[in-house]
Amino acid sequence: MSERRERFDVLVVGGGPIGLACAWTALRRGLSVCVLERDKVGSGASDVAAGMLAPVGEASWGEESLLELNLASHALWPAFAEELRDASGMDPGYSRSGALHVALDRDETEELRRQHELHREHDLESEWLTASACRELEPGLAPRLAGGVFVPHEGAADPRALVASLAAAVRVGGGSIEEGVEVVRADTGPPCSVRTADGRERSAEHLVLATGCHSGQTEWLDPGERPRVRPVKGEIVTLRERGGERVCSRIVVGDRLYMVPRPDGRLLVGATVEEKGFDTTVTAGGVHELLRESYRTLPETAEMELVEIRAGLRPGTPDNAPILGWGPGAVVFATGHFRNGILLAPATADAVAALVSGEAPAIDLRPFSPGRFAGTPAVAAAPGPGGSG
Amino acid sequence: MRIELNGSDAIVPAGASVADAVQATGIDHGERGVAVAVDGEVVPRGEWSGTTLSEDQRVEVVVAIQGGAGEGDRPGEGFELGGRRWRSRLIVGTGGFRSHEQMEQALVASQTEIVTVALRRVEPGAEGSVLELIDRLGLFALPNTAGCYTARDAVRTARLGREAFETDWVKLEVIGDDRTLMPDAVELVNAAETLIDEGFTVLPYTNDDPILARRLEDSGCAAVMPLGSPIGSGMGIRNPYNLRIITERVRVPVILDAGVGTASDAALAMELGCDAVLLASAVSRAEDPAGMAVAMRHAVEAGHAARLAGRIPRRTHAEASTPMEGRPEL
Repeated sequence: MSERRERFDVLVVGGGPIGLACAWTALRRGLSVCVLERDKVGSGASDVAAGMLAPVGEASWGEESLLELNLASHALWPAFAEELRDASGMDPGYSRSGALHVALDRDETEELRRQHELHREHDLESEWLTASACRELEPGLAPRLAGGVFVPHEGAADPRALVASLAAAVRVGGGSIEEGVEVVRADTGPPCSVRTADGRERSAEHLVLATGCHSGQTEWLDPGERPRVRPVKGEIVTLRERGGERVCSRIVVGDRLYMVPRPDGRLLVGATVEEKGFDTTVTAGGVHELLRESYRTLPETAEMELVEIRAGLRPGTPDNAPILGWGPGAVVFATGHFRNGILLAPATADAVAALVSGEAPAIDLRPFSPGRFAGTPAVAAAPGPGGSG
Repeated sequence: MRIELNGSDAIVPAGASVADAVQATGIDHGERGVAVAVDGEVVPRGEWSGTTLSEDQRVEVVVAIQGGAGEGDRPGEGFELGGRRWRSRLIVGTGGFRSHEQMEQALVASQTEIVTVALRRVEPGAEGSVLELIDRLGLFALPNTAGCYTARDAVRTARLGREAFETDWVKLEVIGDDRTLMPDAVELVNAAETLIDEGFTVLPYTNDDPILARRLEDSGCAAVMPLGSPIGSGMGIRNPYNLRIITERVRVPVILDAGVGTASDAALAMELGCDAVLLASAVSRAEDPAGMAVAMRHAVEAGHAARLAGRIPRRTHAEASTPMEGRPEL
């Protein structure tokens, strides 16, 4: 190679919130970091996501490990947001308004009661409210309301603002971010080396794979080594206030949708869940369903401006939990965050930074190991280089 | 000598066996599901050649009808659908599972062989898709036309499914409205006729209407699949009388489709004479989908065995299972 090889402690492949958060956290540990992004930072799932931080609302049967991880990461968010604001000088749009889950008829009430029971089983903060108590909190709710559950500490971050502030923090911290750079070949090491489409070579002690829904197709890994990630399509609608009162001040979650208000007057209405491969077509049916449900729940949404309709791809895994831990060689997987990428960014970043520093992560990563799926060749179940499993 | 064979006089050589009589009917006795009764007593297949007939005996040779409880319809023996034999009488839908992992565990636990996949919601070629999982488990993916409201839409969707899934089988759904998800009878019959004409094996999701079920059978459907109650409602079988009439009168397999909430609903469907049960939400949305899948497997087997075994009649008053007569006086 005519060009001199660039060396780093950590090369992060993928410039979404997960990759950037890992990069920033590694930088803060004094490591040298380079982020390689095929497109532009934040051009994947986060560009479409509502950014809900809802560990309780996401709780489900048979997903106890994920619930624990979600709660742990949720607890990290206030400090993470604060430090990020200080480091970048930008606001990641973090707010903690609480989330109101509502039921509009008898069937939805039955379902919501079942979820409330689950919350209670796990000692989660969750309060059953009568219809009138719900409407005291959110007077814009449809009068036909049957009841609701209030989860006080849930909130949201603005994923686009988060990506912008993370990118700024990485650059301020001395890391480099290269956009429009695609990895075509990699030696998984240790030490790792990476060749990009422009012919440049970079090497690093560790490689972090954070390419979200594309990570299941990672060409530079053997098929058996690739993380079990598939794209799961979601359509989301953005509405905007046209002056006057806000239609809601908290996150409102219905049986088939969520609505996340932003301080600037936008309201994100999401999201469909579709198994369509890499298709990102916005469909009339998907949008119809979202708008119908938002109108049914908060009738005043009918008067709002429709500003954006998007479809994005979540990185789904067989058990809905992320894939975190050692891949082949000196590669760390930080992918498969499905519906919880924004929520899990702080915990993921801490765990990955610990692994590449040769320390034990604060959270138990065993339930999230890349080799946990039956029929998948186990990749490095034992601790990788300098790691602790 | 003269015997009565299937209600008519017949002359057979003296010393003719039951096997000879079967031969005389021209029924393909190599076929499963052929049963013989002599003077009202069933003669097991193994004894056909060894049982000689005598003058004036009444011989009935019958071919078991699909959907009826003839020979070949034994507990654990499976059933025939669309010209293929299936061991499992439980068909599981793939909708509503919280994760692929829970789906996989439930499908394995259910021991099902057929799973339905919504053409509208699944892209067949997608990486890591539901279909990959179904292939890996070696199951038959039956495409359905869920979400179609017109015959034209359902027919088009079925044709796409034939290309994508490489099967002529389709579970035909034509929905009337999105509140009840009940079938639109007129559109359903129209779509069924078109698809059968095009060579599809059509399994229609229908209302629990015996007349409509007959219409679908007459049009050439490979089965009829009446609902027990609305899709996803878990309300069980709301009109067991209609379901019973359907299972009694329809000769193609009857598969209960929709409404099952828990295991007893599936068992009841089988007791009412269904050949199989199709369910999705009852398993996929259960707290423990794999656990519920096991329950459903047993329920379907139990209900089927109970129907074959013949239940006792309901009585108003008690009858001691141990009679008082003949007990020693102590």
